Amino acid sequence: MPEYKLRTPLTDADVAPLRAGDVVFITGTIYTARDAAHKRLMALIDEGQPLPFELAGSIVYYVGPSPAPPGRPIGAAGPTTSYRMDTYAPRLHALGQKASIGKGKRSDAVKAALREHTAVYFGATGGAGALLSKCITAARIIAFDDLGPEAIRELTVEDFPVLVINDSVGGELYAVPDRKAAGLE
Amino acid sequence: MRTIKAADIVPKVADMVRHASIHLPADVKRAFKDRMAAEDSPAAREIFRQLLENSDMAEATGLPLCQDCGLAVFFVDVGEDVVVQGSLKDAVTRGMVLGYQEGFLRKSSCDPMTRANTGDNTPAIIHFDFVPGDRIRIAFMAKGGGSENMSRVTMLSPAQGWEGIRRFVVERVAEAGPNPCPPIMLGVGVGGTFERAPILAKRALLRHLDERHPDPKIAALEDELLDAVNRLGIGPMGLGGQTTCLGVKIEMAPCHLASLPLAVNVQCHSIRHEEVVV
Repeated sequence: MPEYKLRTPLTDADVAPLRAGDVVFITGTIYTARDAAHKRLMALIDEGQPLPFELAGSIVYYVGPSPAPPGRPIGAAGPTTSYRMDTYAPRLHALGQKASIGKGKRSDAVKAALREHTAVYFGATGGAGALLSKCITAARIIAFDDLGPEAIRELTVEDFPVLVINDSVGGELYAVPDRKAAGLE
Repeated sequence: MRTIKAADIVPKVADMVRHASIHLPADVKRAFKDRMAAEDSPAAREIFRQLLENSDMAEATGLPLCQDCGLAVFFVDVGEDVVVQGSLKDAVTRGMVLGYQEGFLRKSSCDPMTRANTGDNTPAIIHFDFVPGDRIRIAFMAKGGGSENMSRVTMLSPAQGWEGIRRFVVERVAEAGPNPCPPIMLGVGVGGTFERAPILAKRALLRHLDERHPDPKIAALEDELLDAVNRLGIGPMGLGGQTTCLGVKIEMAPCHLASLPLAVNVQCHSIRHEEVVV
């Protein structure tokens, strides 16, 4: 499988060649947001308020890290399940978000948004939170401090490893369950 | 009668909670290594390699294995010849809170409507039971939300029998796909009532992967389900492969003439549980 090294922010030219199954190492700045933070982002957009980070070209990481112990920038920081953000993701892609990082399936509406706005859905290895924290060199809360683990954080990452799960031309990496072999059909 | 001071239980629970969040049980690590060797697909092998490296990294740094340190689920079996001085429920809760604080574990408990974090991972989910003897057995499980969301309870009709059970379990795994962080483990509760079945299913997840059910008939059913689920080919992290599931554990209880309650509790690959006997 092809490997890419990408720097944030991402452009259409960065995203367009990516295909499901490609390995990508991300360096630069990414932003954390999960359930509650997405809800608040939507409220800010509805009210015409500025967002806590620049959406254009951004990568949003669906994660709620564990607390940073002394001497480390962050605790364990692996992906959470992405479908819960499906209601919000198309709107954010329309406003310029170029990629999300999570794990698990996306809705048809999200996949359509990826095609329409030349964006991509990355998967990181779920449950490898200790390991993935190695690639995060700095973290600071930039919004919604009261949400605790769900606050929006700006992460500085170095060669953060992800796989392209859904690309911008309709490709998908996840295996289709073999229902026949399992005796369901 | 034996007297146990509730205060003595607090540090034991705190230590157990911290240790279990960092150290995978030996049977789980063994299963990762065995399945890595058995997988044909390089992507599947790579996931197992990362999970083993993640386990090494957690042990070396003291970071939790996963940022989702779970809701804290306890099964507390209290010997009938034990007198507890003080509140056992408070002691388990205080030990949990201490363990999550001192271990820099994520507190994931929140109000269901406002979604405000309770701040200390309370309340602990504690299932008490009484058993013969003069000891207290406290089992802890860190139960993550992603796999819990993929779990289901249903009330089958008795006519559906084993075929209905098999179909429901395999359908559930097929539908969940990559979401619950496969390779998963399945706790299956069969029988009891609407609330008993999922407690059976959860308790089944405390069994070690290499622990056969003492009833050979049920052990054979577990093997049959494991084989069927793995034929789905979802594989580690949903990338395809022979290992979708590491183990199926079934617990059964008698049920009403009219009912066949069934619960499927999905557990992610980060199978974190320990127990302490006081």
